[in-house]
Amino acid sequence: MSAVVKLSNVHKSFGTNKVLDGVSFEVGRGEVAAVIGQSGSGKSTALRCINALETIDGGTIDVCGHAVHDAKLDRRSLRRDVGIVFQSYNLFPHLTAEQNIMLAPTCVKNKSKAEARDLAHDVLRRVGLAEKADHFPEQLSGGQQQRVAIARSLAMQPKLMLFDEVTSALDPQLTGEVLKVMEDLARGGMTMILVTHEMAFARKVASQVVYMHKGKVWETGPGAMLDKPNTAELADFVGSGL
Amino acid sequence: MTYQFDFSSLLAYWPEFLQGAWLTLQLSAVSTVAGFIVGTLCAIGRSDGPPWVKFLVGSYVEIIRNTPLLVQVFIVYFGIATLGVRVSANTAAVVALVVNVGAYTCEIVRAGLESVHKSQLEAADCLGLSKPQIYWHVVIRPAIERVYPALTSQYVLLMLASSITSQISAEELTAVANRIQSDTFRSFETYIVVGIIYLALSFVVRIALWLFGLAVFVRKRKLGTAL
Repeated sequence: MSAVVKLSNVHKSFGTNKVLDGVSFEVGRGEVAAVIGQSGSGKSTALRCINALETIDGGTIDVCGHAVHDAKLDRRSLRRDVGIVFQSYNLFPHLTAEQNIMLAPTCVKNKSKAEARDLAHDVLRRVGLAEKADHFPEQLSGGQQQRVAIARSLAMQPKLMLFDEVTSALDPQLTGEVLKVMEDLARGGMTMILVTHEMAFARKVASQVVYMHKGKVWETGPGAMLDKPNTAELADFVGSGL
Repeated sequence: MTYQFDFSSLLAYWPEFLQGAWLTLQLSAVSTVAGFIVGTLCAIGRSDGPPWVKFLVGSYVEIIRNTPLLVQVFIVYFGIATLGVRVSANTAAVVALVVNVGAYTCEIVRAGLESVHKSQLEAADCLGLSKPQIYWHVVIRPAIERVYPALTSQYVLLMLASSITSQISAEELTAVANRIQSDTFRSFETYIVVGIIYLALSFVVRIALWLFGLAVFVRKRKLGTAL
């Protein structure tokens, strides 16, 4: 198994607040890793470090052959390999769904408008929103916006997709439609790391669950680990969710 | 009140009123376009430029916003003459109006730039867009869309304020009126007519800017948001 993402002993502090305290884990090609844990356990920060949205204080992060910890990192070439979807969607409000998706392929990959449009329709179909191409973000529900955001990332054909609590702002029904898209992606062989509070989804779809606690990887294992935790903290965390 | 209104003596002057109004529109149009470009560049400089640019633009904006337009017009007019460059009063008027409206535009556009949330920049950055691409597609366009109503007011105000350039004998509407009233001694009537013409011009400018907004800001047109 070749590791697409490898974190080794990663440290990160915001001021005096130690957020990541020696975090290590690996994600192989085609794997789906679910990072779970309480708010403040460092899971979102870990995800942001993988995409160089935060610089780390110590340790190493290798992502798709890029040394992310290196000060000489070529961020734009990293960005070509890694897509990220945020909790707050972050669609561009003045552009339609289709234009949101077309922007990066035309700007970054120099695709023609026509090519980019075909691509946009292709990815919109994959997230089940082909008929919403001409809609502006504010005309879409939260779940639809999030699916457009996923489509926007997919259009760049990343090797790795990061999902940062992408369903946390959605009601259960809308959450379901977004998770379905993510499940389809996972089945299609996409390498994914998701920070999530959806335990059922993690158990079902993740090939690896990473439980973080107090800035450390507390426990890691297959989805089934959630049914019989090894540590009292995870047992507590899983129990409180039910 | 025993005043006898007499508009009939002004009738002969309508071609001059019209010409004055036309020049006012021209002055305003050129100043609006140039002022928008100057102001937008200044806004970018003031919000994201190096410290010395921020300082320069900041000084410019504060000096202009805290001195009277009339004084600015005189300084530009006599300043240009002192430099030994001979320009017409109309040109000097445009320069002064651009300098003035550029400063106000700068602050309006800057408010728009700062209203774009950091998460938007982050999303664009994560898609691999370069800094200039992010600026153009994700910051400037939505920023201007957002502050467009404020810009519209500012440019109507500019058109009205252009009457001040009559003081350096730019041949715009107010200057024409000044001449006509001294010919006819019908001051009250003259300025009533001019007032009505300005009202009509304001209407024209607003309609023009509104149509322009509809053409440029597709989202607002489609969603029916007010401009």
